[in-house]
Amino acid sequence: MGQPAINEQKSIPIKKKKSQRFKDFYKKFKKNKAAVIGAILIFLFILISIIGPFFVPYDPGAVSPTNKLEPPSSDHWFGTDHHGRDIFSRIIKGMSYTLFVGFSSVFLGLIVGTLLGIISGYYGGRTDSFIMRCMDVLLAFPGILLALAIVSVLGGSLRNVIIAIAVFSVPVFARIVRGSTLAVRKLEYIDAIKALGASDSRIIFKHILPNTISPLIVQATLTIATAILTASGLSFLGLGAKPPTPEWGAMLSDGRNYLYQAPHVAFYPGMAIVIVVIAFNILGDGLRDAFDPKSKK
Amino acid sequence: MFVFIIRRILQTIPVFLGVTIIVFSLMHLIPGDPAQIMAGESAPAEQVENIRERLGLNDPYPVQYWNYLSNVLQGDLGNSIRSGRDVTTEIGHRFWITVELAFYSIVLSVFLGLIAGIVSAVKQYSFRDVTLMLIALFGLSMPNFWLGLMLIQWFAIGLDVPSWIPFIDNTAWFKPSGWGSFQQIVLPVITLGTGGAAIIARMTRSSMLEVIDQDYIRTARAKGAKERVVIYRHALKNALIPVVTVVGLQFGGLLGGAVLTETVFAINGMGKLVIDAIQARDFPLVQGTVLVASLLFVLVNLIVDITYRYLNKRIDFN
Repeated sequence: MGQPAINEQKSIPIKKKKSQRFKDFYKKFKKNKAAVIGAILIFLFILISIIGPFFVPYDPGAVSPTNKLEPPSSDHWFGTDHHGRDIFSRIIKGMSYTLFVGFSSVFLGLIVGTLLGIISGYYGGRTDSFIMRCMDVLLAFPGILLALAIVSVLGGSLRNVIIAIAVFSVPVFARIVRGSTLAVRKLEYIDAIKALGASDSRIIFKHILPNTISPLIVQATLTIATAILTASGLSFLGLGAKPPTPEWGAMLSDGRNYLYQAPHVAFYPGMAIVIVVIAFNILGDGLRDAFDPKSKK
Repeated sequence: MFVFIIRRILQTIPVFLGVTIIVFSLMHLIPGDPAQIMAGESAPAEQVENIRERLGLNDPYPVQYWNYLSNVLQGDLGNSIRSGRDVTTEIGHRFWITVELAFYSIVLSVFLGLIAGIVSAVKQYSFRDVTLMLIALFGLSMPNFWLGLMLIQWFAIGLDVPSWIPFIDNTAWFKPSGWGSFQQIVLPVITLGTGGAAIIARMTRSSMLEVIDQDYIRTARAKGAKERVVIYRHALKNALIPVVTVVGLQFGGLLGGAVLTETVFAINGMGKLVIDAIQARDFPLVQGTVLVASLLFVLVNLIVDITYRYLNKRIDFN
């Protein structure tokens, strides 16, 4: 009967500490105006991606040969493209693709990376060296090139872009999680819990994972920004979403052919990418400051 | 130091092998029969068999890899399916175009990034600092291919400047495509260098801020050293150490970004080569280009690590 008593005794201060930690985090986060703006913007973007398509002025796919390449006007806020489609409506519709690719690829990379990082850091030894050398190899591919190679093999589609970006982000998460796992594993209280008979999975899920969450959230937010840029790059190269999907990278690629007559076709989708990516970047920066125990503000 | 360099070079061997394994495996990840896909769907069976034989696809997997690796070590990256020429020859001078593009871009990003970072850090929270960091945030969040298109529209097609404004020419200042002359180089280098400049600016700023708070800087000021000497001689020297690593990592981003930049500006470098090869389903060429770019990146990181060690002798790399 002694064991539950120990747990109980231990769990109370930890819980208190946790809520205190959250309060501290919230206080710092609230002070960081840029981060709050980022969070609000992302919330708005999600809202737009869900309900926006019901309120767009035109059907994003509706072709209108008589309205080709019209400059921005009160009828068409962002003008029309080479098929006469309303660019504003297409950008609103494209928001969901952008967010979906960003969130899902990073989520996938996060899960796999976390798993590998925990195995690596917790079990150490040869398993650790093997996994980490594999991660080094993945990091040896410069920038977008690994994603490009994967998509070239699997074929160009939004699904394959998500897979490619996930693979591309795995090593980053694996390294972070491994680092925190190593740090926590060495603490004495982990030995104590082990001695009390706690299983590996209990130690991992109850004690190690919670400690990795804050760096992971920060990294995930910043990686979503990179993922959106990479995905739009792949679509721009014709390896991602295929026309007539209103994906922003693909729209930019269309606009490329009309730079002389109608620069707005390329301008607005690019601006949309910039704004969404900025929102994720400032949120990520703000979260980092808020989680950082060293930061004063 | 010598031991460190040798050890660091030895460490790249497993990475090199890993990269070759992945690049080699790419061909085998192709859903379906790679030979059929490369030959085209309607190709006669004989031609497909021919390709299969040429690529050695009939051999067992380890044998294929062994052959691939020994060929790579001898500088033989196979033959392009479409042109039939040596992949090494195909990459040939394009390699140098991409290296040149990446080099100019990294020079530009280090130059702009350092200046912006130092100026921001010296006057933290000033109007200048906030403006520069906003620009950096924008640069960081911008797809470089979009910036490329916008630069073409503004500076290579012609500025939309009213004719009554003196000294500004309405004709195009730079060329929208190709590589070689000054007019062709400027826009791609700005396109590719901006993202890196933004990252380096942010890194320099935070690194400088950390250093400026240290005791030895206060000591230097207390001794009556001029502010300029304090910033450039005492602070910057130490603040640069973490920036070096970022510059090395940036190089990888640049090689990747070169794919998009070269596509936008129709530059015949390695980036455009890989895109053309992907579209033509010319896998040996894709493999070769990806391998060369990765090895280049590994090499640059090796040099950066050695420089880092040289700059910061306190660090003990086990």
